[in-house]
Amino acid sequence: MNQTSAIIEIRDLSYAVGGRTIFDKFDMDVARGRVTAVMGPSGTGKTTLLRLITRQVRADSGSIRVAGAELGALTHAEIFALRRRMGMLFQNGALLTDLSVFENVAFPLREHTRLDERLIRNLVLTKLQAVGLRGAAELGTAELSGGMARRVALARAIVMDPEILIYDEPFVGLDPISKGVVLRLIRRLNDALGLTSILVSHDVHEIASVADAVFLLSGGKVVAHGTPQELQSFPSEVVKQFVGGLADGPVPFHYPAPDYYGQLLARDGAP
Amino acid sequence: MSDSLVRLGDIVGFLGRIMLQVPRALLRFQLIVDQVYNAGALSLVIVMLSGLFVGMVLGLQGFELLQRFGSEQALGTAAAIGLVKELGPVVTALLFAGRAGTALAAELGLMRATDQLSAMEMMAVDPIRRVVAPRFLGGVIAMPLLAAIFSMIGIYGAQLVGVQIMKVDAGSFWSQMRASVHLIDLNEGIVKSCVFGVACSLIAVYEGYHAAPTAEGVGAATTRTVVTSAVIVLFLDYLITAFFL
Amino acid sequence: MRKSRAMNLGTGLFVLLGFAALFFLTTQTTNRGVSFHSEPHYRVTAKFDNIGDLKVGAPVSMAGVEIGRVVGIGFDSRDYKAVVAMNLNAKYNQIPTDSDASIYTQSLLGGKFVGISPGGAETYLKNNDQIAFTQSAFVLENLIGQFLANFGKSSDHSKSAAGAGGQVK
Repeated sequence: MNQTSAIIEIRDLSYAVGGRTIFDKFDMDVARGRVTAVMGPSGTGKTTLLRLITRQVRADSGSIRVAGAELGALTHAEIFALRRRMGMLFQNGALLTDLSVFENVAFPLREHTRLDERLIRNLVLTKLQAVGLRGAAELGTAELSGGMARRVALARAIVMDPEILIYDEPFVGLDPISKGVVLRLIRRLNDALGLTSILVSHDVHEIASVADAVFLLSGGKVVAHGTPQELQSFPSEVVKQFVGGLADGPVPFHYPAPDYYGQLLARDGAP
Repeated sequence: MSDSLVRLGDIVGFLGRIMLQVPRALLRFQLIVDQVYNAGALSLVIVMLSGLFVGMVLGLQGFELLQRFGSEQALGTAAAIGLVKELGPVVTALLFAGRAGTALAAELGLMRATDQLSAMEMMAVDPIRRVVAPRFLGGVIAMPLLAAIFSMIGIYGAQLVGVQIMKVDAGSFWSQMRASVHLIDLNEGIVKSCVFGVACSLIAVYEGYHAAPTAEGVGAATTRTVVTSAVIVLFLDYLITAFFL
Repeated sequence: MRKSRAMNLGTGLFVLLGFAALFFLTTQTTNRGVSFHSEPHYRVTAKFDNIGDLKVGAPVSMAGVEIGRVVGIGFDSRDYKAVVAMNLNAKYNQIPTDSDASIYTQSLLGGKFVGISPGGAETYLKNNDQIAFTQSAFVLENLIGQFLANFGKSSDHSKSAAGAGGQVK
């Protein structure tokens, strides 16, 4: 990991929304060609991080360099050009509901290229084959299960042969078999296509089996990073609670409330 | 009050964004054709039924009123002018807002709620060009045609009641109409329906595109579409009528 | 795609119907369908003491046949008369120069129009000529005023005036 250069470099990133600070002088490097996982408790801004990397939202301050280009300095057209080199898998698949499976995967091709219809067909079927759904090409989006929809979205994300692939909570709501399928695809695609994969998730178990590097976020900062194995034994209460799935710790069990007995007794006394 | 003005400004700004994308959106003509179908062809039934009934009522009321002055022969004129200048454009616009407008708003709101619009942005496809502009253009094209159909069927309805049932002389019905209705009246009606088309389509796509990504958000967007469209249409109706006078 | 053909057919039919409706409205409900101003015409003017509520676009007829349109209404501040400009269809170019123009009412609820009665001259009206003989519009208030002045008692006689007016159709 020392030899491979970072394809994404984030330095001193600060971002606040509605008075709430989400990122405070945040640093992170994503190594080229590896599967990098971003984990953390709910609400730490993992999805926001993805939106900052793809510049769907702009940082308040700090620098984000993607493939050498500083995001803040790019024009609209340049951002669009950069996004074509990235693929993103949304949490619920985000397939276009008025198109069939085939048309959904073909969508980026039809929008960005002037390829021959036969070539499009071959490309789409190839990508569907890679995710195991070539036989489902003519189905409508309503006929797909959650896992299948996500796989179609994955096929769509790779149809333009991107350099970076981003997964936003890809395991949520999947049964064990589907999870296994997605895991296998993440690893396979990353290695076979030479991609850089960024995985946002809070499934510790799944991450451990597929990630090369893990970043654990909490309170707007990176509290731990390393390989999955290193994280298991990381000397920090925050990390231990998260990795171990402990109910109480630095992230408290009780929502802030007034004194328990005081509240009960007051109820008895009042009419 | 100031909220409404701010929203109005946002809506006009949105129109600007759409217009910028229209030239490139026209290149995907099939998308626009699909949207003309959704906005227009699917609204045909309600427009034609309403036109027929409105025309028939116009025939009844007009006949009763004109009879007091002994001028039943002017029924054709009254029905034609009432429909072409006012009822055609306005009622069609309100029906359009209710049927096609809400469908547009709901569709876009749902696309917003299921991240389809974000996904498109991620795939470097401008959703305004690919999704919003064709729907907007579909509505703008469909409205004047729907209003014309409404007026035509309405005149037939008035004729049905006036000539067939109330025994107004058919020759007078049509000849007086032809003599008294001028091209400028028709122009006024066409201008109105075009302007209403722009207004209703714009409001519908605006509300849908900016809906909150929840079930309540989509519902609120459809309600606002109908209410805002109705108010704006009636207001514009006054402006255009005054302008033509 | 599968749905496209049916949708395109539906859209095509809809658009066709829409244009058919527009065509119907243009030709079947308005005068003559085709705008009168696209046919060749020549322009004449006439001055009136009172044009009543004659409007631009009102027809100009001769013997009950429409031969032209009022295209402009102005006011001459030197002799305090209304100046009415009319476009006459070039087909009707044999109107004697001493014809007279009067303003009539179409029906009880109808608007005013200009009627031309032929004179006997051998020269005909040409572009930019003026019709010399005119008769002003019939103004209801003046007629009622006359009745009131002649007969004195108001209620009986406004009733009879209204009765007389109602039978005229």
